[in-house]
Amino acid sequence: MTATPIFQLQGISKTFPGVKALDNVELALYPGEVTALMGENGAGKSTLVKIMTGIYQPDSGHIEIGGQATTIANAREAHALGITAIHQETVLFDDLTVVENLFVGQYLYKGFGIVLDWQTMTRRTIEILEILGVSLNPHELLSHLSIAQKHMVSIARALAFDAKIVILDEPTAALSHREIDELYELIERLKAQGKAILFISHKLDEVFRIADRYHIFRDGQHIKQGLIRDIDQAQMVTNMVGRSVDQVYPKQTVALGEVVLEVDKLSLEQEFADISFNVRRGEIIGFYGLIGSGRTEVMQAIFGASGQPNGTISVLGETVTIRTPAQAIDLGIVYVPEERQAQGTVLEFSIAKNISLPQLGNVSRFGFIQPEKEWILADQYANRLQVKASGWGQEVGNLSGGNQQKVVIGKWLARAPKIIILDEPTKGIDIGSKAAVHEFIGELVAQGLAVIMVTSELSELLGLADRMYVMAEGRMQGEFSRADASAEKIIKTAIGS
Amino acid sequence: MLNLLRAKLREIYLTAIILVIAIAVTFKSADFMTSGNIIEIFNDTSILAMLALGQMLVIITRGIDLSVASNLALTGMIVALMNTQFPELSMVYFIVLAIVVGMALGAINGLLIWKLSLPSIVVTLGTMAIFRGVIFIISNGTWVNSHELSEAFISLPRTVILGFPVLNYFGLATLAAVILFVTYIKAGREIYACGSNPAAAVYTGIDVGKIQCLTFVISGAIAGLCGYLWVARYAVAYVDIANGFELQVVAACVIGGVSIAGGRGSIIGCMLGCLFLGVIKNALPVIGISPFWQMAISGFVIIAAVVLNSKPAGKKKKIILKPQSAALAS
Amino acid sequence: MLNQLKNKSGLFKDKSWEIALLGVAVLVFIFNSLASPYFLDLWNLSDATFNFTEKAIIALPMALLIIGRDIDLSVASIIAICSVAMGLVAQAGGGITLIVLTGMSVGMLAGAINGFLVTYYAIPSIVVTIGTMSLFRGLSYIILGDGVLKDYPDGFSFFGQGYVVGALSFELVFFLVVALLFYLLLHRTVFGRVVFAIGNNPTAAFYSGVAVNRYRFLLFVLVGLASGIASVMLTSRLGSTRPTIALGWELSIITMVVLGGVNILGGSGSILGVVIAVFLMGLVTFGLGLLNVPGIVMSVVIGMMLIGVISIPVLLKKYHARVGAT
Repeated sequence: MTATPIFQLQGISKTFPGVKALDNVELALYPGEVTALMGENGAGKSTLVKIMTGIYQPDSGHIEIGGQATTIANAREAHALGITAIHQETVLFDDLTVVENLFVGQYLYKGFGIVLDWQTMTRRTIEILEILGVSLNPHELLSHLSIAQKHMVSIARALAFDAKIVILDEPTAALSHREIDELYELIERLKAQGKAILFISHKLDEVFRIADRYHIFRDGQHIKQGLIRDIDQAQMVTNMVGRSVDQVYPKQTVALGEVVLEVDKLSLEQEFADISFNVRRGEIIGFYGLIGSGRTEVMQAIFGASGQPNGTISVLGETVTIRTPAQAIDLGIVYVPEERQAQGTVLEFSIAKNISLPQLGNVSRFGFIQPEKEWILADQYANRLQVKASGWGQEVGNLSGGNQQKVVIGKWLARAPKIIILDEPTKGIDIGSKAAVHEFIGELVAQGLAVIMVTSELSELLGLADRMYVMAEGRMQGEFSRADASAEKIIKTAIGS
Repeated sequence: MLNLLRAKLREIYLTAIILVIAIAVTFKSADFMTSGNIIEIFNDTSILAMLALGQMLVIITRGIDLSVASNLALTGMIVALMNTQFPELSMVYFIVLAIVVGMALGAINGLLIWKLSLPSIVVTLGTMAIFRGVIFIISNGTWVNSHELSEAFISLPRTVILGFPVLNYFGLATLAAVILFVTYIKAGREIYACGSNPAAAVYTGIDVGKIQCLTFVISGAIAGLCGYLWVARYAVAYVDIANGFELQVVAACVIGGVSIAGGRGSIIGCMLGCLFLGVIKNALPVIGISPFWQMAISGFVIIAAVVLNSKPAGKKKKIILKPQSAALAS
Repeated sequence: MLNQLKNKSGLFKDKSWEIALLGVAVLVFIFNSLASPYFLDLWNLSDATFNFTEKAIIALPMALLIIGRDIDLSVASIIAICSVAMGLVAQAGGGITLIVLTGMSVGMLAGAINGFLVTYYAIPSIVVTIGTMSLFRGLSYIILGDGVLKDYPDGFSFFGQGYVVGALSFELVFFLVVALLFYLLLHRTVFGRVVFAIGNNPTAAFYSGVAVNRYRFLLFVLVGLASGIASVMLTSRLGSTRPTIALGWELSIITMVVLGGVNILGGSGSILGVVIAVFLMGLVTFGLGLLNVPGIVMSVVIGMMLIGVISIPVLLKKYHARVGAT
């Protein structure tokens, strides 16, 4: 362990209108070590990263790099100072080649310093890819690469300009277990090269596996820092949340009813094949799999939102054809998408307008919308879900993430569904609020709904589901009941070994 | 791999169609494939090609420049009027003037779009009308005719050097300049980056607004130069020259595979698109179809080009399902 | 609580744009009446409305289309092809009803072609309509060449030249009635609500069970129909058909919509704003016409108004930001 940090922040504060994002925080990164930044959503992690990469300026505080006091005025300066960030959504260019992606913003020149030197850049790219142990055609367009390969390119980019400080922001979110292992190896290599790594992740297992030090933020404040070996997971969570919290609400037993949905040998070209499962009233079934395993595609096909699948779908014993979401909704199947902002709500609409959207016919007469009916509907369901807002006329875009999620669920409950498909229901929701969502899911099934839950979080799956289906690469790999499921069995099935 | 192949495929198809048309027309009239006529086609297409190169850069950064034809006309008129006042000046002055005026007009678009974040379609719809109206104002609605323009002025594009009219050389020079710019100059590559992923471009320190402004300045500069070339070639300047030409320019780009969504577009494709339109325009009178058909054919070709392109460029379907054997092997 | 809801509906929402427009319109009105003695003449004013009513009729569904995140640059070419079709029918001896129905049907068909290409092939509407813009007018050129069609029956002139009562032309009354219908459609009905949803978030709308592509298709057909009706009026007013009819009109129509406060990127706008913008543009062109300003210079003014109007909110925001930061 080195004694002197290469990067230090002290007394950093940043306020936005109405929100103090960072309040007198500190951070220290050491060369050759991985430092984890832990905190719930809203703790200030992304603001800090933006300050480090020059996108925001701190209102107060002190930055030191290599012992020298500096400011990071913009992205270019951050770059020049040797700071690079690899984000969850790979911030790269699909239409450009690997070589270009490595060198955008940090081109190599020849001839009077204005002519781009592609030969040298290509050579460097090949060298770096070799160091990373990655085999890629440098002239390949990025759009032809897998997500894991794109991550490699991001990391290669960090090496390409001799970054001193590498920020990894939720880098494993979209990777398979094998790819995650490869990423860890890369991180070890980066450490060996003396880079200081800031590792931001929600996943405690990963942090404890790979980090040397940690900092914990909460509500914009710096709570605690130290060596990873001196803390355990429970203490970490307590400090992150400020209170000891059960990550999953204890499961209630609910009587199961008849089979509501039965799917038999469903397949869709290039997406999934031979998918069969069923759900009963009062049941929660979980769909587990790595990102890209095809679960969302199956759900979207059932909901009528993508192409016509082959196979049979039956609702309450009757075979149905579902070609559009409207048909699915009429049959009692509703879908709460993963991206609640992009797919779940119209942010510019009010709460009431969002809730009424799937049933405009019911709040109108002869095609004319009746505001009173709309309000009554909104009142009923927004209250039931305890949406916190200044009124049902408030724009959904101004609500918190959790409340936005409630509006999405509210609009579906208003259609009295039989089956709710939840795609990553607690994604992006902080630990404190996850429990509330889980409790709510329990209530849904207690009232006689059937819930299909697509999730990538093992604890959520094991904690809530009555039965679990595991998918990989578009196919069903296994089914487990609550009794005989275990973390190892599930993961093994998901990675197909 | 597939997308790259498709892009190349598009260009191969285009080349094939052009050849097929050319050969078919030659059956009807052997004169079509003579070197004289081919040079004529290139000559005719030069201005379109130059403008299309500029437009391509704009479209790649997710913008559109509907004012190019009006820019061309206004600059042409300005240069023509200058020529009537100062006929003794060397042609270099007029060419530089044309480029500078074109740049200035392009900069108006660029600055509005950059500094005020205004959508390019609305801005250029506006400047399209403004530029053209200004022509009327400065010329009082009168024409500048060939006898009022100096000999040097008019004859330059027609002067034949090594078998090709000078107009062609302007086209080739512009093509070379754009190729070099887009391959070897940072700003040229940044244009593609901005179009491909503007958010990522910001992260890498690129000033997206500035790059977009630059594309409009370049498009304007080229339009200005073409303004001189058009006026000189046709030996006349008046309010309505090149009226509606901006649509031909956009059509050439679209046919050539430049994506309206931005980030993608090859120079070869763009040039093929221009050549295609040029060949058709030239072929029509040869096979006895009145020029009145030209507009409808352009329109039809644009639609056909985007329809044929639409499936590949459409929804990016992830290939999740791999053949059974591959899945089990891991 | 109910009032809160009302505040978000079309009518009582933030009206600053419409008020500003109205203010400018009043100023222009005053300026015009001072600048020319011919301005405040009822019949002159009535005559002046003919300059914009046909375009305005198209601007109404165009506003909905743009709110829904699409655009149609081919409207002027649709007017042309409808006019050609009508001219041919007239030439063949068709009666007024048949002529009018032809105009409307050809318009709807053209709109359907646009709508089909945009929704079925998922091609951006700007590209499709640049293509159909050339195609439709090109067809007009092919059919007519240099010629002109003039054999319209006498009664046909009513649509473009007739008056309903006093100085109120048929065109103006028609426009006002249609404006009212579109106001109700956009701001009070399910259809309008869906258009706003599609314009703000087509994915979320789709996932909420909205048949997004069906609505988009309908909007293109509606724009086509309006273009057909405008073609009936324009042809009736001119009494003839040339392939150059309505050349360049798409610019004015889109200007009317954008000037009226509709966001070119979709999601917001009001019919009231478009109506005021229509009259504002009418006042400006009429006033300039009285001052003998040639048409092409008028388009300079219109172009500057267009750019000016969309710049103002941005400049204001920047000014406020600078002031607020101090």
